[in-house]
Amino acid sequence: MTSLQELYGRKGRHVTDMNANDITRVEELAYDLKIEEVMSSDIKSIDPDMTMADFMEFLRFHRISGAPVVSEGELTGIVSLEDLIRSLSEDDLNAPVSKYMTRAVITANPYDPVVKAMETFSRTRLGRLPVVGQDGHLMGMITKGDITRGVLLALQKDYKEEEVRKYRASHLFEDIVSDRTSLILRYNIKVRDFTHGGEASSRIKRALLRLGANPQVARRCGIAVYEAEMNLIIHTTHGGVLRVEIEPHQITMRAVDDGPGIPDVDLALRAGYSTASETIREMGFGAGMGLVNIRRCVDKMELDSTPGKGTKLDMRIFLQPQDSFREAGYFEEEKKSP
Amino acid sequence: MTLQTIIDKLGLTVLTEPKNFSEEETGSGYASDLLSCVMAGGKQKGVWVTLQAHGNIVAVAALLDLSAIIITENAQPDPGTIAKANEQSITLLSTPEPTFAVVGKLWELGLREN
Repeated sequence: MTSLQELYGRKGRHVTDMNANDITRVEELAYDLKIEEVMSSDIKSIDPDMTMADFMEFLRFHRISGAPVVSEGELTGIVSLEDLIRSLSEDDLNAPVSKYMTRAVITANPYDPVVKAMETFSRTRLGRLPVVGQDGHLMGMITKGDITRGVLLALQKDYKEEEVRKYRASHLFEDIVSDRTSLILRYNIKVRDFTHGGEASSRIKRALLRLGANPQVARRCGIAVYEAEMNLIIHTTHGGVLRVEIEPHQITMRAVDDGPGIPDVDLALRAGYSTASETIREMGFGAGMGLVNIRRCVDKMELDSTPGKGTKLDMRIFLQPQDSFREAGYFEEEKKSP
Repeated sequence: MTLQTIIDKLGLTVLTEPKNFSEEETGSGYASDLLSCVMAGGKQKGVWVTLQAHGNIVAVAALLDLSAIIITENAQPDPGTIAKANEQSITLLSTPEPTFAVVGKLWELGLREN
């Protein structure tokens, strides 16, 4: 598929990983959007009998560089600044527009996808195309600017919902003033509920991203919470609770259950050690790597367990100033970097 | 390497909704049936080769931002797992071949980063 940049024949910003997904969506839009949807229908057309002198005034008045020529609603030609210059050089300003206009006009079909017009622009090097319906009637004009605007509007519509959510969430720490603001998320995890395994961690990761967390930090939290979540599902008697406290400077995650407890915490922390049953192992759990993974992902981990009573696992990630939430200027930093 | 190349060269069946796989770049691979090992070793945009086909593989892939899971030996994920994968935009691919053969072919194709 040809990209917008290629079609426009321009080399500007290079495509980074981050905007690669958007580009694909933009390309999709170039095929989805119809010319009719993005064209300008408020068009300034002129009569073929208008003189070139009046046309010059017309251009000056409307601050444009060309216009379609219409006779009884039908497009008969197009006249531009270049045609005006030709008439000027021949000292022929009293001639009618019809003498200098281009008659073989390249037009666009209102029901074609926008990409068609982009191809025409790139092939012909024209800057604008009249959009003509099947009956020959002029319906509008389309320029590259119209396309860009149309695509941007469509993209905006697409992302508006998520953007609004992200915006609201990311301003949380700034809008709510207190000596110490934190957001607490709680998830009840049911024992043996493999169907919903990983759901809480996915939601936590999404929440962090909406709050404006650095994606790497969100990923580390996601992995740590996932392992804790699966431990609650696999090893507990009645399931447990995941609690995540988000503060501008740190994220504190806690998994608590009421049993059975870990008899030997040091052994449990050893890589490869697992008490998971054969059935659980067949599903791919019980590698004995869960707690090891958590330790790798967080800055501080504390495991506290009493056999017969339960287990409390505390995990903490400290946010560096550049990774911190809005209160510490995360967004301002983001904007400055190119 | 794009997912399309991998799908074509290995003759994989796409279980999830088709996407524009020729624009999905992947740079690394990982093979294991132990989810925690994948959690530790799987890389962003990577391909994961496994025999596991239950719903949790999607959760793991989503948390790691993997691009695709190749499920070997014709293990069949249930419709719920496929729906979850579509929702999270994780591509599920299937093959009758065992993991060993799949990894060998990926290596031959030049996918060597792990």
